[in-house]
Amino acid sequence: MKPNEQNFSKSRRLKNQIKAVVTNPYNVIVLVAIILLTYLIVFPLVDMLATTFKLAQRDLRSVPGGVAGEFTFYYWQRLLASDMSMNLLIKPLMNSLVIGAGVSVCAITLGSVLAWLMVRSDLPFKPFFSLAVIIPYMIPSWVKSQAWLSMFKTPRVGGAPGFVASIMLKAGMSTETIETVLAPIAYGQIAVIIVLTLHYYAYTYLLVSAALNSINSELEEMGEIQGASKGLILRKITLPLVLPAMLSAVILTFSKAIGTFGTINYLGSPVNFRTLSSELYSNNRSQNTQTAFAMAILMICIASLSVFINQRLIGSRKSYATIGGKGGRSTPIGLAGWKPLITLVLIVFFIVGIIMPVMILIVESCMMTEGTYSLSNFTLYYWIGEGNPNIMEGVPGIFKNSNFKLSLWNSLKLTFVNGVFGTIFGQMLGYICAKGRGTFHGRLVEQLVFIPYLIPSVAFGGIYLSMFSKDQTIFGVTLIPALYGTFALLTLTSVVKHLPFASRAGTSNMMQISGELEEAAAIEGAGFFQRFVKIVFPLSKGGFISGFMLIFVSIMKELDLIILIMTPTTTTLPYLAFQYQNQNCPQASDCVAIVMFSIVFLVYALANIFGDADLAKSMAG
Amino acid sequence: MSKIVLTNVDKFYGKNHVLKNLNLTIEDGDFMTLLGPSGCGKTTTLRVVSGLEKPQNGSIHMDGKEIVNAAEAYFAPPSQRNLNLVFQSYALWPHMTVFDNVSFGLKIRKESSDVIAKKVASALERMQIGEYAKRYPTELSGGQQQRVAIARAIVSEPRLLLLDEPLSNLDAKLRVDMRSELKRLHHETGTTIIYVTHDQVEALTMSTRIALYRKGELVQVAPPLELYDNPCNLYTADFIGNPSINFIKGAAQVTEDGMTVDSAMGQVTFARADMTPQAPKSGRVEVTLGLRPEQLTISRTRDDEHRVEAHVYSGMPAGSETLVTVRVGGALVTVKELGSTHYGSDETVYLSFNAKKANVFDTASENLIKYCV
Repeated sequence: MKPNEQNFSKSRRLKNQIKAVVTNPYNVIVLVAIILLTYLIVFPLVDMLATTFKLAQRDLRSVPGGVAGEFTFYYWQRLLASDMSMNLLIKPLMNSLVIGAGVSVCAITLGSVLAWLMVRSDLPFKPFFSLAVIIPYMIPSWVKSQAWLSMFKTPRVGGAPGFVASIMLKAGMSTETIETVLAPIAYGQIAVIIVLTLHYYAYTYLLVSAALNSINSELEEMGEIQGASKGLILRKITLPLVLPAMLSAVILTFSKAIGTFGTINYLGSPVNFRTLSSELYSNNRSQNTQTAFAMAILMICIASLSVFINQRLIGSRKSYATIGGKGGRSTPIGLAGWKPLITLVLIVFFIVGIIMPVMILIVESCMMTEGTYSLSNFTLYYWIGEGNPNIMEGVPGIFKNSNFKLSLWNSLKLTFVNGVFGTIFGQMLGYICAKGRGTFHGRLVEQLVFIPYLIPSVAFGGIYLSMFSKDQTIFGVTLIPALYGTFALLTLTSVVKHLPFASRAGTSNMMQISGELEEAAAIEGAGFFQRFVKIVFPLSKGGFISGFMLIFVSIMKELDLIILIMTPTTTTLPYLAFQYQNQNCPQASDCVAIVMFSIVFLVYALANIFGDADLAKSMAG
Repeated sequence: MSKIVLTNVDKFYGKNHVLKNLNLTIEDGDFMTLLGPSGCGKTTTLRVVSGLEKPQNGSIHMDGKEIVNAAEAYFAPPSQRNLNLVFQSYALWPHMTVFDNVSFGLKIRKESSDVIAKKVASALERMQIGEYAKRYPTELSGGQQQRVAIARAIVSEPRLLLLDEPLSNLDAKLRVDMRSELKRLHHETGTTIIYVTHDQVEALTMSTRIALYRKGELVQVAPPLELYDNPCNLYTADFIGNPSINFIKGAAQVTEDGMTVDSAMGQVTFARADMTPQAPKSGRVEVTLGLRPEQLTISRTRDDEHRVEAHVYSGMPAGSETLVTVRVGGALVTVKELGSTHYGSDETVYLSFNAKKANVFDTASENLIKYCV
């Protein structure tokens, strides 16, 4: 027993403790953050889970003696253990897993090879390649699917033939032959995997190249001095060091691929290829909310499992890259005789995989009827046409179209508002995560913020739609009025869904600011807000800009997330394109996609030139 | 210019007990060095004093005023403690010029701009970096950054200056220069300084007092020379001094008059008057002789009957001095000799030492039982 333990005042202790908590703005911010995150993330999740156990009015007939709103296992039983399970769950689930695994393997391989070539080899034209390589990130996957269809569409399934089919027709092949040859490529599993690979390899590329950049080439040179061959060095030194980055790319790709919906809708639906996410969408659309949510929960479980496995695999290796990241010297590795061949392959890859889709879209947007490749068929109608009752039911070209103007305005408004709020919240949460490393509240915030990442976009939109369609009340006081059909709901959904990315960007940004810089200011007497304004903010400006850009790009092309929330007045560009495509007017859809892509590209270029911002910086960390 | 008293301070990081019931008094005007191997709690002590860390137990008083009372959860914020800190990393704000870095605290305290200009100029002048006021930290060398960090810390004339391994990032020559400058700074300002280092030479050359740590506990607090001459136990003896002290195992017969020690260094008798209170009163004890390399003399001839025979293991002449490692019995002993002499390997030499200067430790308790006088 220490002497000072007997004589102290308990009331003074309590007073001091309360004072310390209340007068520290950091604590207040953490508290507000935790309350908000719980309300916006945990509540919806619990609400979703509860919904799957509650009998809906419309299903009363299927459940003898059931009472609406009562507890039931009906939906889970129907999904997991009934005659319908096979069609409702097992098949789509298998398809989802095949897509997820296939895309992961292909995208990781492609992305890692490209990253290595770009960072560590003496490949020529690097500046050009390194720009070309991230363009796919800026083209949404549904636009790529559209391009894929324009290329390979067969004449039988809905409307005009694609580019390849037209050539084959001209060559005198029969429709049946074309169908048998082209259909397996044009639609279904293979098509989805290829298109998604071309989309998601960018994630691997960004993460792995960041990791490779941080490896001191002396580590590889040491291997060379020991007499190891290039292949051995790659396998025994380089690969293990970037493995953590590759594994995080795997979960990112896997969970995105199984959650994707747009591509499945474009490329899968013609041959009735369904995945969990497309089932989820159609169930949600047809008011089968309970089944849709049960599926969403299964998808969350799959995503959580993949994250868990990933964490077990990475374990203590997580910090490799930073340990090696001290010395910045990097000597490129010679490709020797392979150089011309590899360069050629890459150029072909970029032409076929990146430039061609864009070109196809541009060409197709200027064709009166698709699939007819003659000069007389070219027109700017879909861009600037006045509205001809014979074409597209009289809908005018997009620049004359009030729908388009509204969508453009909505998209810009949404991305801008989201970019601003998302970045601010992201950086604040990042600050909490970075400063609270190892503490309970730090971990809690980190975990809470991560949850939206696990929820498939379509399902996330569904939850918010059902939750905020009615007034949100607490003890009879209306906190938030019903938001259905409002811009606010769109904003809220997008901001929360993108929090994991935004706060990750924020965390890695804040981690770069040494705690001592703030402590030095604290010793000088600067309060919390003074420190934030004078030290933290000026030092993290670059991160703010790249965080903003990341959110901007990602929301501008977002379709899956907001597709369920859309109402005629809140339409955005991706949704408009989606609508045109479903109305069988791909040209107009192409026009919209091109406009959207141009905006994304422009913003990226501006941010790069003025902000010195880097996508990879906010992705890694 | 202030006295700091730490009483029963405990600090945990999770389950890791970093400071264990620490009691330390730093007198007004002291240059107190916290010394110890890395991870022993010296920087934590500094951070607890600065207010950046909150200890779980104990209290801290500054000039009689309570600044920490863990039992009542009272922790005065760092800015109210009238102290300043120089970080090991310097922690200069990279987006501010040298002037802005140094004037930051004064601006926070809303001093008038002419006062700020005058104080900053004087601090920069004192650190001899007046011409760099408009530069950014990245445009300065490591030594200059170090000076900016110190200028920033002294500009507000704190009563207590905390320095956390400030010289560890400098090259060897600059480090020696900065040592004398810090000592001069202490002399001119009279500020109480707490200085953290793991470098015993820095500690011995600069401090008025040294607090030696081991695993979160204080081992000995004493002026540098006392620490060097009479380390309280084997740990301190081994930590302080470069080259290290020689330990030679032996057995002692203790009587009321003193003790007689038999070891590889021959038989030596010590008087009771030179022995510490911890020394046993009588009986046989296992002891360890502590002999500083410079207390041993080496000779090629046996000119004295007390000299013991030894064989040269290696000789290392270094200009002003020569270090010779010799084998005596089973032990390797280092001898420091002024001037430069060449000894061949395996050459037979003879050693002797002044018994008055030798330390004797109880091997079992590791405590000092005979002073160096």
